[in-house]
Amino acid sequence: MGLRNFFDRIEPNFTKGGKWEKLFPIYEMVESFLYTPKTVTTAAPHARSYIDMKRIMTYVVIATIPCILFGLYNTGLQVNTALGAYEATGWRVAVLEFLGIGFDPSNPLVNMAHGLLYFLPIYITTLVVGGIWEVIFATVRGHEVNEGFLVTSMLYALIVPASIPLWQVALGISFGVVIGKEVFGGTGKNFLNPALTGRAFLYFAYPAYMSGDSIWTPVDGFSGATALSISASSGFDQLAANGMEWMDAFIGTIQGSFGETSTLACMIGLAFLLITKIANWRLVLGCMAGMVSFSLLLNAIGSDSNPMFAMPWYWHLVTGGFAFGLVFMVTEPVSASHTNAGRYIYGALIGFMVVMIRVINPAFPEGMMLAILFGNVFAPLIDHFVVQANIKRRAKRYV
Amino acid sequence: MAQTRREMLLDPLVDNNPITLQVLGICSALAVTSSLKVALVMTIAVTLVTAFSSMFISVLRNQIPSSIRIIVQMVIIASLVILVDQVLKAYAFEISKTLSVFVGLIITNCIVMGRAEAFAMKNPPVASFIDGIGNGLGYGLILMLVGFVRELFGAGSLFGVTILETVNNGGWYVPNGMLLLPPSAFFIIGLLIWAFRSWKPEQVEAREHKIQVVEAH
Repeated sequence: MGLRNFFDRIEPNFTKGGKWEKLFPIYEMVESFLYTPKTVTTAAPHARSYIDMKRIMTYVVIATIPCILFGLYNTGLQVNTALGAYEATGWRVAVLEFLGIGFDPSNPLVNMAHGLLYFLPIYITTLVVGGIWEVIFATVRGHEVNEGFLVTSMLYALIVPASIPLWQVALGISFGVVIGKEVFGGTGKNFLNPALTGRAFLYFAYPAYMSGDSIWTPVDGFSGATALSISASSGFDQLAANGMEWMDAFIGTIQGSFGETSTLACMIGLAFLLITKIANWRLVLGCMAGMVSFSLLLNAIGSDSNPMFAMPWYWHLVTGGFAFGLVFMVTEPVSASHTNAGRYIYGALIGFMVVMIRVINPAFPEGMMLAILFGNVFAPLIDHFVVQANIKRRAKRYV
Repeated sequence: MAQTRREMLLDPLVDNNPITLQVLGICSALAVTSSLKVALVMTIAVTLVTAFSSMFISVLRNQIPSSIRIIVQMVIIASLVILVDQVLKAYAFEISKTLSVFVGLIITNCIVMGRAEAFAMKNPPVASFIDGIGNGLGYGLILMLVGFVRELFGAGSLFGVTILETVNNGGWYVPNGMLLLPPSAFFIIGLLIWAFRSWKPEQVEAREHKIQVVEAH
């Protein structure tokens, strides 16, 4: 174990009194990322569990793999398909031509290579900029940098459109990490989802880069509307006329942010998270129930002027960021409710709000991001009432 | 009152700032700070109203019955606000339109009422006047800082003069649309409070509760 010896040899430099005492969080980050942390609790309560934060966070990253792979494929597919009609320019084209990969949209590997050239710069920027903030705060405040940031950065990179300028990526993750997490004390103390906070910042700061029809496929002059924007303007029954069947939306070969288009890939991730018990099934159930019941209600009410009213729940499920948000954001343990009863309510609130924003608010065709942030804000309140109700119930029992 | 006049004037700027320490007057600080010009006019209006209302209330302080003092204070404040509103309408109509209801809402600005209750009812007129000016300036300082950030990065200009040429006008700067929305001022004020308290740690409130580590027995 040469590496272990190396760590053991350099460790005294970083502990108290060492040469680089101040840089301990960085040492700790690298060491605990590679090895199981050897720190143990010194005071009660001691809880024994098969799981720790390192494992939770690593599992979430593993669960995003299907979304990443499919996101790469779909981004490449959309770009390569669009390139047929438009002039191909830029460094990505030069790289792909240099490597002799080409732009054949029927070859999945070619598509993934092209998608990778869009995904990597965004992901690397996220890691570097967000990582710098993490290390600054860890060094100043003396807490450790943990794998939670890997989750945040991966989720963040998966929910931005492929055409986003890199400086916006940097700005968004800075806002997400600092305002969404660090000002409240770091991992485990954030009441908002940091990745979504960053995205929400970009959404309101630079709406022209984060919404509309021309941003999802980064080809100059190409315009491709998302399923939700078509539905909002002309009704979901027009989706088929625009070449979008339900199955396409389920598999994910549609316009959208990197990782969110494929409901199938998200469901694979969900299955993994549920089996490993990282995600709490009550949150998922609550959110699905809220979404399905409210969309059924709106279907029953109907509307002559707003075609979104008629959108059935199985379309809500596969369009926009619903599946991705449901699997990776609603289930995030820190910002969700912490009581079991609260989890149903929290999930249902988000499911209800998504449909509410998508259908009834004309300003936003997609509502998953705002609905989850809304739910995040309400989670402590829900918990409060659940706990109070429990206290009242038990007080009555022992009069 | 051991405060000197100088302290009365300068304390509210940083050490006892009405916005960052007392967290008063937030509503108008969100609403009127999207451009510096409007923020400046608002600062002047609030400063004058606070100063003169404090002074008049202080003059009358021994005549005002305690049971109806709030109503009397409101009458004085409201008269001054109407005066300011009319002057703005006459001489700065455009800005008056941008400020819209927020001039009228100076009546309900907690800073004005707060100074009347906390200071003017117990102190002589001149001191009250200076205290009002000081608090108005403390309010204005934050307004101008917030307005500076919001106008510069939200619209690329300061006092309407273009500093960063925006993309729409053929420049390079992509304006940050969120800064033109009122909620962005929450973030900026929050960050300002953070900065102030890092600079002056005595402003940090004591923790309400603290996590205790119980030693194992």
